[in-house]
Amino acid sequence: MVTLSICVGSSCHLKGSYDVIEAMRKLIKEKGAQDQIDLKAAFCLGKCAFDGVSIKVNDKIITGVTPEKVPAVYEEEIAPLLDK
Amino acid sequence: MPKFDTQVQELKYRILKEVAKSYDRGTLEEDIDQIPYVITPHGAKPTFRCCVYHEREIVKERVKLAMGGDKKNPNIVEVIPSACDQCPFGGITVTDACRGCLAHRCAQACRLNCITFENLRAKINKDKCVNCGQCAKACPFGAISNLKRPCEAACKIGAISHRSEGSTAQIDEEKCTRCGACSYSCPFGAIMDKSYILECIDLMKANEKGEINAYMIVAPSVSSQFHGVRLTQVITGMKKLGFHSVVEAALGADMVSYYESKELSEKGKLTSSCCPAFVRYVETSFPTLKQYVSHNLSPMAMIARYIKENDPKAKTCFVGPCIAKKMEMFREDSAPYVDCVITFEELQALLDMREIKLAELEDSPLDNASYYGRIFARCGGLSEAVQEALKERNDPFVVKGVSCSGLEECKRALTMMKNGRSDANFIEGMACVGGCIGGPCCLTHEVRDAADVDKYGRESKEKTIVDAVKNLVPLE
Repeated sequence: MVTLSICVGSSCHLKGSYDVIEAMRKLIKEKGAQDQIDLKAAFCLGKCAFDGVSIKVNDKIITGVTPEKVPAVYEEEIAPLLDK
Repeated sequence: MPKFDTQVQELKYRILKEVAKSYDRGTLEEDIDQIPYVITPHGAKPTFRCCVYHEREIVKERVKLAMGGDKKNPNIVEVIPSACDQCPFGGITVTDACRGCLAHRCAQACRLNCITFENLRAKINKDKCVNCGQCAKACPFGAISNLKRPCEAACKIGAISHRSEGSTAQIDEEKCTRCGACSYSCPFGAIMDKSYILECIDLMKANEKGEINAYMIVAPSVSSQFHGVRLTQVITGMKKLGFHSVVEAALGADMVSYYESKELSEKGKLTSSCCPAFVRYVETSFPTLKQYVSHNLSPMAMIARYIKENDPKAKTCFVGPCIAKKMEMFREDSAPYVDCVITFEELQALLDMREIKLAELEDSPLDNASYYGRIFARCGGLSEAVQEALKERNDPFVVKGVSCSGLEECKRALTMMKNGRSDANFIEGMACVGGCIGGPCCLTHEVRDAADVDKYGRESKEKTIVDAVKNLVPLE
């Protein structure tokens, strides 16, 4: 199980957390990985100064995520952690 | 010095600040006996009581309350006997304005024949008078007044009384809703709420050590509180105190209005459950209506639960204008989620004990909730939000709502509902007049407060309730 937290703290919220969550949800569904990913919200991951939204994959924080970057982030950071 | 409505609040603030400062340094035990001398120093002239000894005694009692008060007393609101001035209970009294007229409308109005005339002036037989006030209404000069103790006058549900003339105020613990109207109204500051600032400092320190993630949940009424600085600076101030993150209670309010609109259309008749004093009032004084109280958590507990579901290291502290929230955090349904409750007065004391100057701080955004979640802070906002949630969910249910501003209006609406004489199907109950912006622990109570709340609401990124909650609650 991969825990994926997307920051919805004020700073990230204003940069479009909800769009990232929606894009991520859609993609997870497309890939059929709902059972392997626990999608959660987080209030502040402490990286407010970056451009996009911060997310956390298990214990790794990734900053600067936008809806456009979601597929790339998924392939690079999340897919390798999933059971095939 | 920050701006307060009265010197009573200022005294309360100074004492809270001293206690917090000592506790923060770890020297409270040694300092505790000295705090009365910090407030009223050696050689000082008395400023609020007959002598410095009386003043220091009162300060001593206030220090105890700042540290959590009497553990044996289940009430959050306590009377400080040494501060109570035992105001005379005058009741219906003829004042000097009586001109000794010919008409004697006062005597005609009195059905109990209490009024006689001596030297042409009205005199009331106190043994017979029941303080109905008909004579006072009848007097064309307004020469008859109903003199009440301010605390008793403020308590609209009769939970404050006195044993006899010349005795201190007594709070009926069972009846009391913990709304705190008495504490704000007492001109001598003889009624005060227990404080949990020491617990709040513990959370701040544990967060600084990385043992927990401390979240501050801030009530939407904050928008009317800190004049002269930007709200975004206040948020930075809270983070500087040692909070991991600051979250709007208004986002919890968005969730509440979403769920509450569903519950209303399912049950057909409902009262709100946001105001803990109102909920307690229904439970203690209108037990037959208990079934209609919404089963939703309050916005505070709703967002606190959400935070804890998403962060196992989370501890939560609510800050608002409310004394009754301090009771709510011990309620079975909220206790697992809310770890501490402080007030705006106490927040100001904490900021100042750490010498955090808000005006010099950079900005931190605060934006999660919608317009509708934010206007919960003023009376009427909750009803508007529930209406809006029904609309957004395409629910055809028609709300006939009544918004009650203050316990007196709550009493009227609940009595009518109980007797089946009301066609309202939704009661928004707010124990404080004007809603939360009229709360007893607001730093200031001003006419513009409601407009400030609406302005803050309009600044939200999210314009609708569904937009604000769509990723947080399972939608239909």
